[in-house]
Amino acid sequence: MSISTSHAEFWAGARAQIPILVGVVPFGMIYGALAINAGLPASLAQAMSAVVFAGSAQFIAVPLFEAGATPLVLVFTTFIVNLRHMLYSTSLAPHIRHLSSGWKLLLAYLLTDEAYVVGIQRYQDDGNSPHKHWYFLGTGLALWATWQTATAIGVFLGARVPAGWGLDFALAVTFIAMLIPSLTSRPVLAAALVGGVVAVLANGLPHELGLLLAVLLGILAGLLVETRLPSKARKPQPESG
Amino acid sequence: MGLWLTLFAMGLVTVLIRLSMIALLGRFTLPEILQRALRYVPPAVLAAIILPEMLQPGGTLDVSLGNERLLAGVLAALVAWRTKNTIFTIVTGMTGLWLLTALGV
Repeated sequence: MSISTSHAEFWAGARAQIPILVGVVPFGMIYGALAINAGLPASLAQAMSAVVFAGSAQFIAVPLFEAGATPLVLVFTTFIVNLRHMLYSTSLAPHIRHLSSGWKLLLAYLLTDEAYVVGIQRYQDDGNSPHKHWYFLGTGLALWATWQTATAIGVFLGARVPAGWGLDFALAVTFIAMLIPSLTSRPVLAAALVGGVVAVLANGLPHELGLLLAVLLGILAGLLVETRLPSKARKPQPESG
Repeated sequence: MGLWLTLFAMGLVTVLIRLSMIALLGRFTLPEILQRALRYVPPAVLAAIILPEMLQPGGTLDVSLGNERLLAGVLAALVAWRTKNTIFTIVTGMTGLWLLTALGV
């Protein structure tokens, strides 16, 4: 790839995000519709997409808001759910260390799963374009604009969906679509199993604390299984034995 | 008012996590155990949302063939496993739920 100007980098990044946007649009619409059906004010549902800008955290916040969870529980749950973004932050950091504080803040705000996956690829490309952060900005802003628009459509349509359609179940189904393909190793499977079972058992805990307990024990289970496995089972085997 | 303050605190926490290593680079590295732990956050969170939705509709445990959310969820999981296709999984799960509810299974 020989992209030379910041302008060209920006649009190349935006274009590279398009395949992901196809999947993001229904996701954003479901979020908006779900939030409205849970009784959140339209302004708050829309603002969450701009202020928090983190799909899974927003989805999880909806039933918590609905159940009247305390601010502390909401903020701490958001913290746990988004903690994985520290990995992206670690990975992106060396590539943008020369940029101004303003740029760093802007790219950090846009550092979602989807923007990271596409944007980091540009840094792994050959060639030393000095404008690769513009590519990241393009891909991040394309996602941002799409997420806001999809949320707005969902908020608009959600107010017209009858309760009998069971729209709240869309959250579970969307998460099933994300979880099942990721269950590729025993530690991940253990984290999911323990997380799920504890969440069921702890469902009656006050302040919706069951979710946090489930996630923490799930993480612990993943770490434990990972440590117990003999190292050869953890690492990919060489092709010829 | 309280809702809005909570919302902004959630946004602040999120952006601080994303900024953390970008701002701290060179002064602090993530402990190895934490890096490994972070990989298990998504499966634990997702399963912790999914299972109660399927097994406890309305808040009480219901593991029976009369629980249409359990059946629709299993159906969606099968489709997700075989196709790895997000949209197809969502459509199957929701259509399954509507059909099962309509049929009064």
